[in-house]
Amino acid sequence: MVRMATAAESFLLAIGTKKGLWLATSPDRREWSFTGPHFLMAEIPSIGIDTREGRTRILVGVRSPHWGPTVAHSDDLGATWSEPEHGAITFPEDTGAALDRVWQIHPDAASRPGVVWAGAEPISVWKSTDGGEHFELNRGLWDHPHRNEWGAGYGGAAAHSIVVDPAGETVHVAMSTGGVYRSLDGGTSWEARNKGISAYFMPDPNPEFGQCVHKIAADAAVAGRLYAQNHHGVYRTDDNADSWNSIAEGLPADFGFVMLTHPRRDGTAWVVPLKADGERIPPDGKLAVHRTDDAGNSWTRLSAGLPEHEYNSVLRDAASVDTAEPAGVYFGTRGGTVYASADEGETFREVASHLPDVLCVRAAVVAGA
Amino acid sequence: MPEITLLLPSVLQPLAGGQPVLTVPAAGPVSVATLLDAVASDYAVLGRRLRDETGALRRFVNIYVDGDEVRRLQGLDTEVVPGQEVLVIQSVAGG
Repeated sequence: MVRMATAAESFLLAIGTKKGLWLATSPDRREWSFTGPHFLMAEIPSIGIDTREGRTRILVGVRSPHWGPTVAHSDDLGATWSEPEHGAITFPEDTGAALDRVWQIHPDAASRPGVVWAGAEPISVWKSTDGGEHFELNRGLWDHPHRNEWGAGYGGAAAHSIVVDPAGETVHVAMSTGGVYRSLDGGTSWEARNKGISAYFMPDPNPEFGQCVHKIAADAAVAGRLYAQNHHGVYRTDDNADSWNSIAEGLPADFGFVMLTHPRRDGTAWVVPLKADGERIPPDGKLAVHRTDDAGNSWTRLSAGLPEHEYNSVLRDAASVDTAEPAGVYFGTRGGTVYASADEGETFREVASHLPDVLCVRAAVVAGA
Repeated sequence: MPEITLLLPSVLQPLAGGQPVLTVPAAGPVSVATLLDAVASDYAVLGRRLRDETGALRRFVNIYVDGDEVRRLQGLDTEVVPGQEVLVIQSVAGG
């Protein structure tokens, strides 16, 4: 089924890479028109597409190896970009810290217009109430007593996943390394919530915290249900992260970075397995997305339209879903190829290739073209 | 008043209104940090490109005072006197 955007809509695909940002629009998720590179020679590790309040705002984390990190935004699909004079995210002086990289930009629910969350390196969570132009450091997590024991994964030490309950005050954050932390009071206080998630690389493989959770995502329809792609291990919680249980059976490997959930349907999630920590390639060199429609009790391998051989990995934020029906699924590889599916992963089409390493992909249905 | 001259690489000039050279009035010796403070007060984004929010010079930004890189001198405490030239160059890095 091809879902066409209405005359007043189009599909927007934003691709953040090691050397800049590309933007693409499409009426049907099959043929794409590109602009870019924007921010040439700067990496784009995070993108947020905010379609609330009757506008499309693209927020990007930008990091130049020379000139440092910043957050920029565009309200005209990338024709122009703005950044606040004094920076959207800057550490308060008393912390003695400096922003290194923005790993996550997450617009909150429609019921909280203007609220945008960010996760950053060093490990920190930030909240904006002005649409992402200025963020405030979350002190509850910054001052957490576990901080000195959090570590750095290969890519750095960062809060990379922020899941906000659209109807309440619960916020889940995942960090590498540290694991999952939950706040029940909108971010004022935080508790580690990793029971059942393995940290095989530590002396105690079942610690309270210290896990290297790669990505978490919330079920679209079942309250308290989340999914996690761990550094070896795929898990689900049905009790708001009080406990996690493995749902890796049926997957060819339990390593990977991606965890996506359906925008509306309960029980549906996607992962992109990689063979192992020490062998970060698709199993047997054959790239495939795996989808569950029953909350991880079973998985379906999806590879139609994907290449026969692929030895590049897919990073944690280099994948996204849109909100159309059927949902679109998008991902990019470290080899610079981006794939899109307009049918929830049943079939993929290559939409870009030979780009720099893809770090972040986001897609949305937006007004206009 | 005498001035100190700051030369910018082309990639940063748009952040200084397109100017390749900035001049900062100085009655006497000032530190490189003070010089950069003065630049940042007029061009805040440019200031953030050169130093992080702790005031540290970014790792791959090099600043030369009369041909010497300040890290080999006294860092951002290196004194500059009116009439001297300060050069900003990005280091050889990246891939």
